[in-house]
Amino acid sequence: MTRYTRVAAALHWLIAVAILANFVFGTWMVDLDLSPAKLRYYSYHKWLGVSVFLLVLVRIAWRIGHRPPALPTHMPTWERVAAGVSHFALYGLTLAVPLSGWLFSSAKGFKTVYFALIPIPDLLAKNPALADTLKLWHLSLNYVMALLILLHVAAALKHHFMDRDDVLVRMWPFGRSATGAKS
Amino acid sequence: MKCWFALLALVALPVGAAPLAVDLAKSEITFQSKQMGVPVDGKVRKFAMQLDFDAKKPEAGSVKIELDAASIDAGSDEANAELVKRGWMDAAKFPKATFVSSSVKTLPGGRFEVTGKMTIKGITRDLSAPFTVKAQGTAQLFEGAFVLKRLEFKIGEGAWSDTETVADEVQIRFKVLANPAPK
Repeated sequence: MTRYTRVAAALHWLIAVAILANFVFGTWMVDLDLSPAKLRYYSYHKWLGVSVFLLVLVRIAWRIGHRPPALPTHMPTWERVAAGVSHFALYGLTLAVPLSGWLFSSAKGFKTVYFALIPIPDLLAKNPALADTLKLWHLSLNYVMALLILLHVAAALKHHFMDRDDVLVRMWPFGRSATGAKS
Repeated sequence: MKCWFALLALVALPVGAAPLAVDLAKSEITFQSKQMGVPVDGKVRKFAMQLDFDAKKPEAGSVKIELDAASIDAGSDEANAELVKRGWMDAAKFPKATFVSSSVKTLPGGRFEVTGKMTIKGITRDLSAPFTVKAQGTAQLFEGAFVLKRLEFKIGEGAWSDTETVADEVQIRFKVLANPAPK
């Protein structure tokens, strides 16, 4: 079995955990009453979002330099196409979701200051009407991403338990690197 | 000609020259607060001003400003709804904030400084603000800035007095366009 590189697997799981955490956190924090804590949570949410964006860029760069292991030979063409399209869409969404959040924040009139230290320049000026539109985009992109992630997880489980191939195992973080014996 | 007579009359008056005609539409009081390191712009939408100033006799100048506490735009609807509450401006109990000058002095470099008493939420403190004066046709443009420490006036009590989230210092800027005194 050819595994993903350790770096590729580490980035995959780090980003997965960060996205899941920020999705749950973001969904929870928006309904809180205004308080200093809420302001802090919004900042944390943005910082984590910026981090995800940067990590995805690193991940894409790594992937360009390190070809992932080939798909199992038993997969029919439609599955290969579906896998390609959904992976491509996942990369796109993991960039688009933080991007939309950042634009939404700018349009709301709140600059994003990474870790309260590094101001990220605003691409948009304050514009309440545009902010409403971007809020909708940020939410919609999140839900589309969540759906795709569910599909992604379902496919990984199908490969593992039904097809009994190595698709899940080769990305699994705990295991032998390179070629290993695992039935 | 009439203008000249009016000017002469002004100069000739020994005390208490007529105040200038402040053009409120072209004047603004803005501020910048900081939350989690993020600068947020706001402004006072409604204020009244009595201004008297002659660059030839700056120390005779005076100003009285009355700010409408409920008209403060802190940058977002959520913040504005919060700002009128008791812990912040308590606009129901203290509808007006005032600044009454006690002296004006000349600073080096053609600048001036006004000192006076600022009253917000029933708390009065001495405050000074440097400013410049530029001629714009027959009008004078006054511009200046100073730092107001919000906690000195109990702006943001309880949990909001935490300066880790919302900074104590609020940068205040003013731009006032004043026409010559009406005849």
